[in-house]
Amino acid sequence: MTELLFALFIFTLAAFVGFEVITKVPPTLHTPLMSGSNAISGITIIGSLLITGRVESPLLTVLGVAAVTCAMINVVGGFLVTDRMLRMFRPQQREGQDGRAH
Amino acid sequence: MDVLINLSYLLASAMFIIALKRLQSPRTARSGNALGAAGMLLGIIVTLLHRDVVRYEWILLGVVLGSLIGAVMALRVRMTAMPQMVALLNGFGGAASALVAAAEMERLALHHGIAAAPTVLVGTILSSVVIGAVTFTGSVIAFGKLQELISGRPLVLPFHHGWNALQAAAIGVLSVLIVLQQQTWSESLLLQLFGAVIAISALLGVFLVLPIGGADMPVVISFLNSLSGLAAASTGFVLHNYLLIIAGTLVGASGFILTNIMCVAMNRSLLNVLFGAFGAEVTSGTATDRVVRSTTAEDAAVILGYARSVVIVPGYGMAVAQAQHAVKKLATLLQQRGVDVKFAIHPVAGRMPGHMNVLLAEADVPYDLLYEMERINPEFEHTDVALVVGANDVVNPAARKDPTSPLYGMPILDVDRARTVIVLKRSMNPGFAGVENELFYQPNTYMLFGDARQSLESITEALKGV
Repeated sequence: MTELLFALFIFTLAAFVGFEVITKVPPTLHTPLMSGSNAISGITIIGSLLITGRVESPLLTVLGVAAVTCAMINVVGGFLVTDRMLRMFRPQQREGQDGRAH
Repeated sequence: MDVLINLSYLLASAMFIIALKRLQSPRTARSGNALGAAGMLLGIIVTLLHRDVVRYEWILLGVVLGSLIGAVMALRVRMTAMPQMVALLNGFGGAASALVAAAEMERLALHHGIAAAPTVLVGTILSSVVIGAVTFTGSVIAFGKLQELISGRPLVLPFHHGWNALQAAAIGVLSVLIVLQQQTWSESLLLQLFGAVIAISALLGVFLVLPIGGADMPVVISFLNSLSGLAAASTGFVLHNYLLIIAGTLVGASGFILTNIMCVAMNRSLLNVLFGAFGAEVTSGTATDRVVRSTTAEDAAVILGYARSVVIVPGYGMAVAQAQHAVKKLATLLQQRGVDVKFAIHPVAGRMPGHMNVLLAEADVPYDLLYEMERINPEFEHTDVALVVGANDVVNPAARKDPTSPLYGMPILDVDRARTVIVLKRSMNPGFAGVENELFYQPNTYMLFGDARQSLESITEALKGV
């Protein structure tokens, strides 16, 4: 029970941090925010690895491999596509700025 | 080793928070994303060192398979298809959480028996599979709608709300029964009920998203995004893993904030979006005999070419027509003539938050030319020409003027206040909401019918001769 309470503390504090940090993200970055945060929610990969790495039962191995696959699609797909998008965002070029060739 | 692993998880949590913080500016966002990826890599590597992890071949299979699929998806997806991509990613996140929680239930049965497990643990496992399964199937349906595999129109079954309520009640009752009878009922019965909870949750996800129409997708995707985070967080409760709780909660908060922004921008509540089946009845509109002024690309080019200020208003039509590059060419040409060009972005333009911004970034439009609704609205009355590219409901003045309109009260871009309005549109069909748009009948509005990309290319061509 104390463990649950402690987890609830962490949950609540993380929610406050999340609200603080994310309200300041400008609308122009809302799509990368979604895909990037989505990649972060692929953190369940940790649980999936623990299940797949144990030798317990064939059913658990199947569930584990499926979970690892889903979570890795989420992680790799999410971070890569976010990077692809963020690469495209650029400000107006002003003098004194090393503009890339366009 | 446990201390090292947990310290690494702590470090990874901090890296995720800093990663999100760096998304507060386009200048730092890319490095922020890389930092998030590094945090994830750290989490994965130290988990592989955990003493419970004794074999690697199956892990390798899943990691390679998932990475390949994820990489191919991420590198091949078109920017216009980003809403589908994010929907699908939400779904995989939900599926992973549900699978992990289901496996934990199976482990309980396998080791000491479900009867011996703490009630709290069984309860958190249940909440984790429910959230995960709803997220998974809901996201798959959202993907199907956005990809146009399923009709984008709202699909409402007879007694739809009744079915929803029934499923939700069944999930609740079964879950409570499992928790209460954990020690008395046989293991196989408990596992069967557990399976039923998963199945009904999956069905509920389908039922929740089916009745939601295309223009409400920004809300639904944000909501599913939030759920995918909460699914990860609840899996963290199951595993007593604080990294999962922190990372999942951050994502849950992010999705929640976006959902809220989208709802405010449509002047509707989340419950209204989820259960309102907005636009289900397509009112064909009273047959109006009012005239619209249609124009030609040449005339539009003259109007634009001699304007001092032009505000371009993109909508979902720009994405459908893949017209973002054509918009950019026209904008550049106008700027070369000395015209002041700005872009006005409505929060719910397109199918997901920030959809238009990404498309314009792809077409190399600098982000500082993009103006949010609050910033651009006071400027419309000093604007010579507002050029509407495939937007409809978000520029409908009825939202401001007509209390009987379904759109009334929704914040809109005040393009009707510009001196001249040019609207690029495929036909006179009403928008998603099935509401007539007063804007099209205004004396200062000119309609240019046709595919947005072709229209823009014709205007650009004509402008070269002006």
